[in-house]
Amino acid sequence: MQAEAVTTTLTGLDFERGPDASLVIRLSGSWRMHHGLPSVGKVVHEIDKAPAVRRVTFDTSDLGEWDSGLLTFVARTTDLARARKVPIDFSGLPDGLVRLIELAEAVPEKKDARVKLQSRPLVDRVGEATIDYAQGTEAFLTFLGGIAIAFGRMFNGRARYRRIDMLVEIQECGANAFGIVTLISFLVGTILAFMGAVQLQQFGAQIYVADLVAIGMVREMGAMMTAIIMAGRTGAAYAAQLGTMKVTQEIDALTTMGISPIEFLVLPRVVALVLMMPLLCVYSDVLGVMGGAFVGVAMLKLAPTTFFREAWNATTLTNLFGGMFKATVYGVIIAISGCLRGFQCGRSSSSVGDAATRAVVTGIVWGVVACGIMAFLFNLLGI
Amino acid sequence: MAFGDFVVMRDLNFTVRRGDVFVIMGGSGCGKSTLLNHMIGLLEPATGEILYGDFNFTKAPPEQRERMLRRIGVLYQGGALWSSMTLAENVGLPLEEFTDLSPREIRAIASIKLALVGLRGFEDYYPSQISGGMQKRAGLARAMALDPEVLFFDEPSAGLDPISSRLLDDLILELRDGLGATVVVVSHELPSIFAIANNSVFLDAETRTMIASGDPKELLAHPPDPKVHRFLTRGADERHPG
Repeated sequence: MQAEAVTTTLTGLDFERGPDASLVIRLSGSWRMHHGLPSVGKVVHEIDKAPAVRRVTFDTSDLGEWDSGLLTFVARTTDLARARKVPIDFSGLPDGLVRLIELAEAVPEKKDARVKLQSRPLVDRVGEATIDYAQGTEAFLTFLGGIAIAFGRMFNGRARYRRIDMLVEIQECGANAFGIVTLISFLVGTILAFMGAVQLQQFGAQIYVADLVAIGMVREMGAMMTAIIMAGRTGAAYAAQLGTMKVTQEIDALTTMGISPIEFLVLPRVVALVLMMPLLCVYSDVLGVMGGAFVGVAMLKLAPTTFFREAWNATTLTNLFGGMFKATVYGVIIAISGCLRGFQCGRSSSSVGDAATRAVVTGIVWGVVACGIMAFLFNLLGI
Repeated sequence: MAFGDFVVMRDLNFTVRRGDVFVIMGGSGCGKSTLLNHMIGLLEPATGEILYGDFNFTKAPPEQRERMLRRIGVLYQGGALWSSMTLAENVGLPLEEFTDLSPREIRAIASIKLALVGLRGFEDYYPSQISGGMQKRAGLARAMALDPEVLFFDEPSAGLDPISSRLLDDLILELRDGLGATVVVVSHELPSIFAIANNSVFLDAETRTMIASGDPKELLAHPPDPKVHRFLTRGADERHPG
């Protein structure tokens, strides 16, 4: 900012009473904001002190460097003086500062603009939360209906989407997920085997570790671990992609072009994940059994062929298809959660992060709920 | 200036004087914003140097560059306000990071900066709650937070109606006079260029270099190159009747 004179003296603030009952505020030294701002309390004290002040003026003859620190001090002093109906005279201030004060006052404060930070009654908040919940449920059902219509149009061959997008999504949530699914499934297999080995070894029944791992992975853990991986990986990615498209108005552009964003964006993603989840689940099952075999061979000294034969005998097609069915259901839940949260994203960049987080949480929570329901139904059906 | 092997601009040599309102102009896609990004350190020149007075910005070690960056302020095309923060927090963040001021003092300074751009009373609004023009002005308040010596504007008029654009031009001049800052503007809005600039450089996409520099009004009166004349007159001579 403008340097009126070079000085090393720090912020100086003195007061003097003028002959016409005026208060002269003498500003001297360097008024840079990194020195801190003097309290306006001193000004209040001087204005309120008897005899009554009729006018406030400034003397800046010894003023050195100044910046926004001085501007802020003068602006606050001006507000205080005006609140006490004491006229203020800026003629003693540097020209540049006067211009900035005029600029700051050029647009008067919008009366209803200031945000009122007041606590609202509990009933209001509960009511508002209930309305929000109802609206959220309605939006969710509308979205589900939109997806159902989009699927109907796809089977009729009337849906508008790009086949290449679907292939890219299939690759993204299929082949590109192999690495992480491999690592997690193998480790889950070893953990299951460890847990079983410690107990079964006591009875000399370590061979049943193969049964434990095979049934555990194929029936439940393969599908569940794949779902958790895909919720964190793909569900979050869907929400972030669609959320960003919302922020940059790309979704609006599709709508105004007469293209359904659900058909164009949601359909390929849901189809891709629903197709890939059962396959990833089978892959996860195999890797889990291999993880179990690693423990069986290394720790329990079982022959690999013995372990795999036992695992093979323990696995039934019912268990395998049951796991694949569960994986498909999880796929639907994760894809819809990701896309729904992306569509519900606000217009700011932080809301994209929120959308991704909510997609993962929704996907996992509803996945676990679905797991419980399916376990109950499978039991009821004797599967 | 280059991206890999692709040279965007070469042989750029110009000086911005203290107190100038300097415009980087040229057609769409000629590299105006790229040049600005080099001047503010977001991109590194392939060869050559950028000097602020005697300070070699290009060759300086990172901590010295950071200190220099505190002496400049940038208004990005879309305002680039942090959406999770209120306007007062947006303006206050640089003060919080680079000064020892108390939260109350920071709030007071943020309020006065917002008042300077006509946003008195909007301290607790989030960027998503205000219009595009207001976001741009709030971005300007943030750019001014640390009383920069040089203010950079990337297409300040983009997305604004003509009246808002005029008001922003006036504001730029007022702030230049009030703060005593130097202003560098990327623009291809002719009314703005003629209203505020007293110095400029003209970039040409075809030859990939600057083909003119100086006061835009002078360049209009005595164009050194037909392309500059065509640009500054909006190609008026090329219009065909009907």
